[in-house]
Amino acid sequence: MRAWLQHHGLSLAQTLARLARSPFATTLNVLAIGVAAALPFGVYCVLGNFESLSRNASVDPQLSVFLARDAAKPEIGAVEARLKDARGVSAVRFVSRDAALVELNRVAGMQEVIASLPQNPLPDAFVVTLSGSDPALADRLELEFKSLPKVAYVQADSAWVRRLDALLRLGRTAVGLLAVLLGLALVAVTFNTIRLQILTQRDEIELCRLIGATHAYIRRPYFYLGSLLGLFGGIAALAIVLSGLTVLNRDLADLAYLYGSNVSLKFPSPNEMISALLAAVALGWLGAYLSVSRHLLETDRD
Amino acid sequence: MTDGVAIISLRQVSKRYPGGFEALKAVSFAVEPGEMLFLTGHSGAGKTTLLKLIAAIERANGGAVLVNGQNLSALRPAAIPYLRRNLGLVFQGQKLLFDRSVFDNVMLPLIVTGQPYREAARRARAALDKVGLLPREKANPVTLSGGEQQRLCVARAVVNRPAILLADEPTASLDAAYADEIMEMFSAFNQVGVTVLVATHDRQLIGKYRKRVLTLDHGKLQ
Ligand SMILES: Nc1ncnc2c1ncn2[C@@H]1O[C@H](COP(=O)(O)OP(=O)(O)OP(=O)(O)O)[C@@H](O)[C@H]1O
Ligand SMILES: [Mg+2]
Repeated sequence: MRAWLQHHGLSLAQTLARLARSPFATTLNVLAIGVAAALPFGVYCVLGNFESLSRNASVDPQLSVFLARDAAKPEIGAVEARLKDARGVSAVRFVSRDAALVELNRVAGMQEVIASLPQNPLPDAFVVTLSGSDPALADRLELEFKSLPKVAYVQADSAWVRRLDALLRLGRTAVGLLAVLLGLALVAVTFNTIRLQILTQRDEIELCRLIGATHAYIRRPYFYLGSLLGLFGGIAALAIVLSGLTVLNRDLADLAYLYGSNVSLKFPSPNEMISALLAAVALGWLGAYLSVSRHLLETDRD
Repeated sequence: MTDGVAIISLRQVSKRYPGGFEALKAVSFAVEPGEMLFLTGHSGAGKTTLLKLIAAIERANGGAVLVNGQNLSALRPAAIPYLRRNLGLVFQGQKLLFDRSVFDNVMLPLIVTGQPYREAARRARAALDKVGLLPREKANPVTLSGGEQQRLCVARAVVNRPAILLADEPTASLDAAYADEIMEMFSAFNQVGVTVLVATHDRQLIGKYRKRVLTLDHGKLQ
């Protein structure tokens, strides 16, 4: 056990020393891995911001139910009762045609238009708040309410949210594809780096095998090498993404100031950063595994 | 002698290299534990091939190679390292590592087999002492003479106290005095119970020892 730990320590120290001995090549490799990992991670972070935006917006999707002009008081009461009874409805607010007219009057430039009308053109309406942000629920209720007597028109206020949602889903698929492709690139970079390293040490490897080294022993330093490359590459990727977000936020701050609002891109959470690092380490490890396995297979007897 | 007590035993072993060349043809012999013997024959007779089969570096095409009672053709790849830990190999072209000291070269087999560092260092120094290289332990092997390098290879081969020592032309390119020195070392290891198999051209050297001699001729044992 002690000897095993000693050997692990030795492997790690030797690997670090080896990386330090060729700083230029190491830096280039780490950069290549960093850029490959930064792309999907950066897009993921920006997408996450839009996602939280859409989640906030769709907290309580609403349906506006406009009534026919000739709806009488008891009929309006009947519609209200039906709306309140429907499953998935959390609140129903009546907006009378008079109240709506007052509201419209407040909009700049509308006073003259309204004054020129012989009578109030607006219908009575209900604003129905749904209890869930499920688009299917909104669709179902929209259809149901449309068929009620004396209901002229139903408008879903959450349509844009749904469009954003669909776009985000597309974005997430794109991030997934990007991550897979660039993950492959990361594996390929470590595979090749480690292959070169193996070729420069093939005599030592061959000798070790002749004096009874197991495959695990031969693999160990390369696992360290691959994982370290992945780790350093992951750190480079985080640095790229964080500085990218910082720069974007500076530009956004100017824009937000002009519009009097306060928007900024959120930074990835510590959990997300650690996951990204672990993923990079795992991919580096995989590249090393494939590289050493290939070499061991090639040099096996027969 | 039966195979039961043999430490190395070959039965009707043949080896054909890719390309069709038949390097060994129906070779059979057995080696007793603690025996020392020579393997000789013309260049290309198959000496190196025979040693490689015993060390599981090459695989036989026919027959059975048994080492320590294990049939090598039935051996799982994962078991080969453990077989080799019983073998000390002094092979042609088996390189010393010039990126580390004499001491670290001898340490390698002990580290590979997972010995604790302190105990390993003690044994490495003992092995270097036996081949007379202890004063040079900090030197780089490049700075050693040919004979000294060969002695370093011997130290590396025996540092793990293997039961079997296989040497392929250990005295090639050494002058007579150095060659005698190396052979004396093998003889000394044999006297403490190590089984020693030495492949060599050098009939004069063989003549100095009263040991069994296996002679290969075009892949056949005489
Ligand atoms: N890897 C190989 N592929 C094809 N043929 C080989 C290979 N290794 C050896 N041979 C052939 O097998 C024959 C025996 O080779 P081997 O190296 O065993 O001879 P040897 O007795 O050790 O000769 P030497 O005294 O010159 O070292 C030779 O004719 C050689 O050309
Ligand atoms: Mg030979």
